[in-house]
Amino acid sequence: MLKVVLQRVVAVVPVLVGIAVISFFLIRLVPGDIVNVMMGEDFGDPQLEASLRRVFGLDLPLHVQFFDWFGALLQGDLGQSLRTRRPVTTEIFERFPTTLELAMAALLVSLAIAIPVGILSATRRNSPIDMGARVVSLLGLSLPNFWLGILLIMTFSVYLRVLPSGGYAPFELSWDHLKFLVLPAVTLGTSLAAVTMRMTRSSLLEVLGQDYVRTARAKGLAENTVIRRHALRNSLIPVVTVIGIQAGGLLGGTVIVEQVFSWPGLGSLMIRAIEQRDYPLVQGLTMVLAFFFVFVSLVVDLVYVYLDPRLRARG
Amino acid sequence: MAELVRPEALPPGTAQRSRRFAALHAIARDRVGLAGSVLVALALGAALLGPVLAPQDPTQINPGERLAPPGGQFLLGADELGRDLFSRALYGARISVQVGLVVVVLAGLIGVTIGLLAGYFRGLLDGVLMRIMDTLFAFPTLLLALAVVAVLGTDLINLIMALTIVYVPAFARIARGSTLSVSEEPYVEAARSVGASNARIIVRHILPNITAPITVQFTVSLAYAILVEASLSYLGLGVQPPDASWGSMLATGKPYLEISPWVSIVPGVSIMLTVLGFNLLGDALRDAMDPRLRSREL
Repeated sequence: MLKVVLQRVVAVVPVLVGIAVISFFLIRLVPGDIVNVMMGEDFGDPQLEASLRRVFGLDLPLHVQFFDWFGALLQGDLGQSLRTRRPVTTEIFERFPTTLELAMAALLVSLAIAIPVGILSATRRNSPIDMGARVVSLLGLSLPNFWLGILLIMTFSVYLRVLPSGGYAPFELSWDHLKFLVLPAVTLGTSLAAVTMRMTRSSLLEVLGQDYVRTARAKGLAENTVIRRHALRNSLIPVVTVIGIQAGGLLGGTVIVEQVFSWPGLGSLMIRAIEQRDYPLVQGLTMVLAFFFVFVSLVVDLVYVYLDPRLRARG
Repeated sequence: MAELVRPEALPPGTAQRSRRFAALHAIARDRVGLAGSVLVALALGAALLGPVLAPQDPTQINPGERLAPPGGQFLLGADELGRDLFSRALYGARISVQVGLVVVVLAGLIGVTIGLLAGYFRGLLDGVLMRIMDTLFAFPTLLLALAVVAVLGTDLINLIMALTIVYVPAFARIARGSTLSVSEEPYVEAARSVGASNARIIVRHILPNITAPITVQFTVSLAYAILVEASLSYLGLGVQPPDASWGSMLATGKPYLEISPWVSIVPGVSIMLTVLGFNLLGDALRDAMDPRLRSREL
C-alpha cells in the first residue's frame, strides 16, 4: 500500500514542475513585457524602463530568470501584484476559502442529485424515470453554467424574490450567509451532477450484469439487498474517479459562476487580474489552481487505491 | 442461399467503408442520434446561411426599438441597442460553429500527430511528448484558455489559439492509446516485414484504424469548444463587440432580465440546443462505433 502511495506521489512531481515551467513561459508571451504594461502612459522613458527591468530581473538571461523565479516559488513566493503591490500569495489565500466553500457546496449538491438519480435510473432501466433522467442529464451537460445561473436568477430572484441575485456575506452558519450560497452552488453543482449521474448509472448497470450479482440473486436475496450490499459499493469506485476529474471543471466553473453571482472568490480575482493586466497575479492564480487540481486528482487516485483491493495488492 | 463474397473479390477499403455505413445506419436508426443530427444540421445551416437568412444587419442599431419584444419587425425581439436578436443569433451561430470547427480541426491535427508519433515510436519521444501533454492536461480547461487569452490579448485569433492549446492533449492521449494497440496488430507487422517505411505504416495502416475514437472525440470536443468560447465571450474575453457571439449576447442581456428576458433567452437557448446536438450526436456515434457500449446501453 505504502509503495503504491509513494509511486503516485512521486509521479506527480514532474507534472508540478511542468505546470511551473508552463506558467513561467506563459507570462513571457505577453506582447512586450510586464514593464511595458506597468509603465502605461509613462512608456517611452528609457531610463525608467531600464531601471524597472533591473528591479524585476528582466535584464538577466532567461534561464537565470527562470531559476530565480523557481527558487522563490519553492519558498512560496509568487511575486507581487502589479496593482495592489501586495504579495500574490496573500491575494490568493485571502480568497481561497471563499472559493473552496462554493466548490464544496457545489460538490455536495451534485452528489445529492447524481447518486440517487443514477441509482434509480439504473435499477429502473428504460422506465420513464430512466428516460427522463437521461434526457435531463444531457440537457445539463449542454447548458452553459452562466446561462443556468441566469435562469435561476430569473426564477428565484426576479420572479419569486426568495433569494438574492448575487453578493456575499462573511462566513457564518446562518441564513444571512447561506442565502447567497444557494444559487451559485446549485448552478455549479447541477452541471457537475450530469456527468456523475451518467457514470453512476452506467457503472451500476455494468456491475448488475456481473456473475456475482447473478449469484446473489440466485441465492434468493431481495433485490434491494443485492443492490445495496453487492452492486452499489463496487459500482461507486469509477464514480470516485469521475468526481476527481470534475475537480478541474469545478475550478474552471467557479470562475464563471463567481462572475455571474458576484461571489468574491478566486474566479472573480482572476477576471479582475485579467482585466487589469496584472500578469503576476494571473500567473500565480493559474499555477495555484492547477496545483490544487493535481492535488485533488492525487487524493482521488489514492482513495481509489484504498477502495479497490486489486490495486492495493498490485503495489 | 445467398452467395458468399470472397474478401479478395472486394475492392480495397470496402470493409472500412461498410463499417462506416453501418455506423451511419445505426445513427439514423437511433432516435437520440437522429435528434442530435437534426440539431447539428440546424446549427450548421444557421452558420452557413446566416447572412442570407438574417432579416437585418446584426450590428444595425435602432434607437427607437430598444428591447422591443418578439413579433412584428423583430421575430425574436431586439436587444438593448435595438438590434435584431434573430439576426444576431444567426451570426452568433456562425462565430460559434466557426471557432469550434477551426479549434477542433487544428487541435485534432496537432494532437493526433503527436499521439501517432508517441504511440508508434515509443521510447524517449513518447516519454517527452506525453509528459508535456500530461502537464497541459493538468490545467483546468477553462482556466488554461483564460490564462492564454489573458496573456495574448482578446481577439478571435488568440481565442482560437488558446482553445486549440487546451484541446490538443485530449486528442494526443486518445490517438496514442489507439496507436499503441493497433501497432501490435499482425497487419502492421506484415507491412513492416515487406519493407514499408514508418511513414507509410503510420499513414496507410495505423491512421485509418484509429479514426473511430478520434471521430467521437472530435464531436464531443466540438460541443465543449463551443461552450468554452461562449464562456470566454460571456466574460468579455472572447469575441469582441459589435460582433455577435452567443456568450457576449447573454452577458449584455443580464441587466435586462426583469424587463426583457428574451435578450438572454435567445442566445441561451441557441447555445444549449447546439451543444446538446453535438453531445447527442457524439453519444450516438460512440454507441454506433463501439458495439460493446451499445449492448451496455450507456
